Amino acid sequence: MSDLAIRCEGIAKQYRIGQRERHRDLRDTVTDAVTAPFRRVRAALHGGNGRRSSGPAAIWALENVSFEVRQGEVLGIIGRNGAGKSTLLKILSRITWPTRGSADIYGRVGSLLEVGTGFHPELTGRENVYLNGAILGMKKAEIAHKFDEIVAFSELEKFIDTPVKRYSSGMYMRLAFAVAAHIQTEILMVDEVLAVGDLQFQKKCLGKMDEVAKHGRTVLFVSHNMLVLQKLCTAGIVLDAGTVVSQGRIGSCVRCYSQLLESRPDFTAATALDGSLAIKTVRILDEQGQPTVTWPYGQRLIVEVDTSVSVPCQRLALDVTFYTSDGQRLFGLQSDSLSGRTAYDAGLHTVRFEIENPGLTVPEMYFDVGLRTTGVGYEAMLPCAGYLILKGYVPPHAHNLNLITPSASAIWS
Amino acid sequence: MATLSGEAWRVDPEVAAAAPGPVLPHVSIRPARGWTALNLGELWQYRELLLFLIWRDIKVRYKQTALGAAWAILQPVFSMVVFSLFFGRLAKVPSDGIPYPVFAYCALLPWQLFAYALTESSNSVVANERLITKVYFPRLVIPIAGVLAGLVDFSIAFSVLIFLMLRYGIVPTWTIATLPLFVLLAILTALAAGLWLSALNVQYRDVRYTVGFLTQIWLFLSPVAYPSSLVPERWRPLYGLNPMAGVVEGFRWALVGKTAPPGAMLAVSVMVVLLLLVGGLFYFRRMENSFADVI
Repeated sequence: MSDLAIRCEGIAKQYRIGQRERHRDLRDTVTDAVTAPFRRVRAALHGGNGRRSSGPAAIWALENVSFEVRQGEVLGIIGRNGAGKSTLLKILSRITWPTRGSADIYGRVGSLLEVGTGFHPELTGRENVYLNGAILGMKKAEIAHKFDEIVAFSELEKFIDTPVKRYSSGMYMRLAFAVAAHIQTEILMVDEVLAVGDLQFQKKCLGKMDEVAKHGRTVLFVSHNMLVLQKLCTAGIVLDAGTVVSQGRIGSCVRCYSQLLESRPDFTAATALDGSLAIKTVRILDEQGQPTVTWPYGQRLIVEVDTSVSVPCQRLALDVTFYTSDGQRLFGLQSDSLSGRTAYDAGLHTVRFEIENPGLTVPEMYFDVGLRTTGVGYEAMLPCAGYLILKGYVPPHAHNLNLITPSASAIWS
Repeated sequence: MATLSGEAWRVDPEVAAAAPGPVLPHVSIRPARGWTALNLGELWQYRELLLFLIWRDIKVRYKQTALGAAWAILQPVFSMVVFSLFFGRLAKVPSDGIPYPVFAYCALLPWQLFAYALTESSNSVVANERLITKVYFPRLVIPIAGVLAGLVDFSIAFSVLIFLMLRYGIVPTWTIATLPLFVLLAILTALAAGLWLSALNVQYRDVRYTVGFLTQIWLFLSPVAYPSSLVPERWRPLYGLNPMAGVVEGFRWALVGKTAPPGAMLAVSVMVVLLLLVGGLFYFRRMENSFADVI
């Protein structure tokens, strides 16, 4: 009993349709537009099945969610977009209230639902560290004590007295994460914050998360990135349409999630920090142009990504990177090297990759989609944008990965 | 209800030994039901955040302006000049024997403080949407910070009054010692109205447009350009239903001391503010449960 950190009992959250739809950002609008039909259909199917129905004007974002987390446990919360992951974290962070059910939390809670909450562009890096720290619940003395450590972690010593509006989005993220990484609460709730930033810093953040996890603190971690989840978490719960469909060891949760993706692929959206670039939709199509999650040997796979660019961009590229289910990078496709084009006007662009299956010797894989403007850092990143099952090929050496890059082409329109 | 992962759970033994077991703070999350306690103790725990938010508002207020903090002086001084010219000189509005510029400025000081604090606090919750949808803290911190940030402008503008009083040879009497009470009353009036309006603003953005209109009307309902002595004696307690009437007359009395103490009118004003404030606090607490969902 004394080692209990969080206990949720029958948590349910109802949103009235229209309630959440005012003053939202584009990302939410797109996400909801895509997932709402699933939720509604599901709610209709189960309507007469003991679930409380509340008429057409209400959506249950969460229904009867119960679980326990012990102190020191790192719990991954997994699910497709709109499954209720963020709502669950918001309830446990006391940002919104449950409609039914209860939760008890033992220990101070630090929530990172967004990196850099409350950062003010006019203030300097130094001032924002103090402001953001206070917003995240740190005492002034605590921030002062940790200040040098935070700055060192962000590697922004030279720019700490520059207003953050002059920072690049990567610098901004680094400073913001550095503050967040130094929160000293017993319980930490983290929502998908590692999605943006350059690859090297992402690694550093993961390292820090790992350190936090190993020091006996309780962490609730929402992510789409199966690789990160498997690395960091000890246990998991899988949410689908607001209910817990699986809980237990992280490995079995990831498998359960893969099955969910297989039955209905998850199309997500990501927006760059400054809002100028966005990945809107990802489509996986077979040779006939039909949506698919399988990639038979010898056939062509088409990955189409809709992007929106709000200002003309001179050096824009879209990468699709494929991984095995345990996180090894298989190969990556870069639109700039495949198509030779990097300059794009403001507007909507679709990039279409056509990829030959060269006989990859893995049963399944994931891919990430990232938009970058210059250098190696991603401005907008969709981790685990898609999941694929490879079919029809019997590998000669099952444990040696075939690292041949398949032939591919990219067409922008 | 199953607990998660038995053997996968690992804790550094050192950390486990050092961890304070049963003394961990307990947070209970239950569905929100109607009226709730104000929980002012928790507000006190978050006083540092309150100070940081005030500090942020002040820091950012005059960033990238050519005149900077001079704006805090320019606004009341220009109003004073215009009032003196049109109401004092041309319309010959009486000023209870005080030189009209001093008469007007004494009133404009608390008025500007009030108008600024009211506007800021009414928009504060909506303006801090990012914080409200991403971090937990007592929501009352936000309108309170909005109100208190106005005190800096007030202090700057106050320096002009000292200059004005020297210019007209007015020496304050003991009554100036009561001035902080009237500043407090102005702040509380703004907070009381701001709490109602900021909570309403979350649901109905109409409030944003109402506030500008409201402060304009309120200005004419308050004895800023004219003395309350124009209002018949027996109607004055009724006039005091507008708390700013008590505040403005109180300011004049405290600073110049020539006018009669506001008396009954002030008593009514204080009562009204307290009622509005307590009601506003409870209303805000009741509404804040839905802020993150509706904003």
